[in-house]
Amino acid sequence: MSIAMVSARAVARRYRLRRAMVELASALLAIVLLIWSLLPVYNMLLIALDPEEGEIEFDGNIWTPEPSLASFRAVVTQEARYLEDFWRQFGNSLEIGLATMALTVLIGSLASFAVSRMRLGKGSLLTNAALLTYAIPGSFLIVPYYRIMHALGLSDTLSAVILAQVALATPFAVLILQLYGSLIPLELDDAARIDGASPAQLYLRIYLPLMTPALAVVALYALLLAWNDYLYQAVLLAVRNMTVSVLQGQIFLDADAPWNAMMAAAIIYVLPPVALAVALRRYVVASLARDGGEA
Amino acid sequence: LGRNGAQEALAGGALVTPTGSGRPLGRRHLHRSDRKWALAFVLPYAALFLVFVLYPFGYALWMGGDPALYAQLIADPLYLRTVVNTLVFVGLGVNVTMFIALLLSGFFLRPRRWMKLVLAGFVLPWLVAAAPACVSFHWMLIDQRGLVDGLLSALFGIDGPLWLNDRWLALGSNVIAYIWKWLPFWTLIFIAGRMMIARDIYDAAAVDGATGARRFVHITLPLLGNLYLICTLLSTLWTLGDFTTVYLVSGGAPALSSEVLATLGFHYAFDTARPALGVAAAISALPVLVPVTIALMRKFHTSGLQP
Repeated sequence: MSIAMVSARAVARRYRLRRAMVELASALLAIVLLIWSLLPVYNMLLIALDPEEGEIEFDGNIWTPEPSLASFRAVVTQEARYLEDFWRQFGNSLEIGLATMALTVLIGSLASFAVSRMRLGKGSLLTNAALLTYAIPGSFLIVPYYRIMHALGLSDTLSAVILAQVALATPFAVLILQLYGSLIPLELDDAARIDGASPAQLYLRIYLPLMTPALAVVALYALLLAWNDYLYQAVLLAVRNMTVSVLQGQIFLDADAPWNAMMAAAIIYVLPPVALAVALRRYVVASLARDGGEA
Repeated sequence: LGRNGAQEALAGGALVTPTGSGRPLGRRHLHRSDRKWALAFVLPYAALFLVFVLYPFGYALWMGGDPALYAQLIADPLYLRTVVNTLVFVGLGVNVTMFIALLLSGFFLRPRRWMKLVLAGFVLPWLVAAAPACVSFHWMLIDQRGLVDGLLSALFGIDGPLWLNDRWLALGSNVIAYIWKWLPFWTLIFIAGRMMIARDIYDAAAVDGATGARRFVHITLPLLGNLYLICTLLSTLWTLGDFTTVYLVSGGAPALSSEVLATLGFHYAFDTARPALGVAAAISALPVLVPVTIALMRKFHTSGLQP
């Protein structure tokens, strides 16, 4: 009996040891993931906080000896070289991003509503059209896009970029909305119809409120698509309508550019999507936790 | 108000549905007036699809229709090297991302107090715009003055390589930057997928003694397999079309040796003023793009992911 107790204690100890090892490994993995994720962001900060200007500021330092916010001030007051028009460029980026977001949510949700809730045609037709959009990647079509925009009289307009971005974002929106919408019973709509609701009321009062989590995901996705874009903004817009994304990319081979100010500008540019993600976090988490999946 | 409307409808549904005319409402045809509404709702998307998807497709096929262009491509050593680069970039960029994302999605669902904080830091790359992120990678890897070599020398006392001076190191740098940027997005998708797996399945498996690796192989993989495949196919299309990473991290350096098809098409069209050749370079990927798209459509509809 005492042998059994001793071995039970040994098993318990081995179990505790194993648990401790797993905890240690988890913590280590978490640290590695954080370093991996934050290192390039840290690099931006490192360069932005460097007080020197006009040359390549970084010389193998892993920390800036005299951190300074001067470069941020220079960006905000538009005194840094290449950044004289920063706020106008930021405004252009914002206009493209917000318009892409709004139009993607609107067009995607209307189409998804008509097909899945009003039973217009087959759902597979819509999702197939959506998937077909990605058959030839957007970047492969930049020359045709350039010429089509010219033919439509949209050369060098923000609308051209917005339309291209909406065309690329809406298919993914439709896929997400169709998937999420399939979890909402159709009987809801039928009951409201019998109570005399019009299709527009159905869309506004039932569909949109119930789809909020998926719409939040779609909005964030569309804003990020526009925010990530470099190629369309670089090709379809002239200098007058330049965006922050293009500015970041176009002079990156110029080692004489004030890179501390450029990286300060980059950090300012990163903020809007982060703010939106924080604002929408509640809805996204809600969409995941719906199934009680606190697993 | 909206939520109330939905709740009222739900309450009403319980009363009304059983008294229906016997024919399930779900099979009923659209009223004529409803049909007009539905058509009006779908019209913006249809217009967008026609003008900005099908029209550019047709335009590209028309521009790249001349067989002589493809002879020109094959004769260009730059093109053949680029095809190899593209295969490496897409093959590694997609599969490494997907596999790690699948594993990490399980990690992030472990109940730990600090997990939310780690996840918040982990998703940051997804929220950082591609252009500044890639420029930051470029400066990190520029040479001994970059942060990576700075860290290597400070921590281990070694002189790091000139990352962007060698074709394979440059290509590898592009792949790493791409994985960095897109790993959080796919991890979040898999986290959502795992959360959809009902918890009682795991509980039942635990009763039967399946834990850890066996649980992963016998429950998670079969249930997430379709999602994994769909994501891999979609990511293949998106990665093939990725322009920003290669253009801004290595910039094709050294001497155009780390280009991919997306950047080569741009190079042909805008640097050497041969737009038709640029389009042809893109069109030459169709033998990969078409089967992937067809597989994607089939998988999407047979997987139960489709309503």
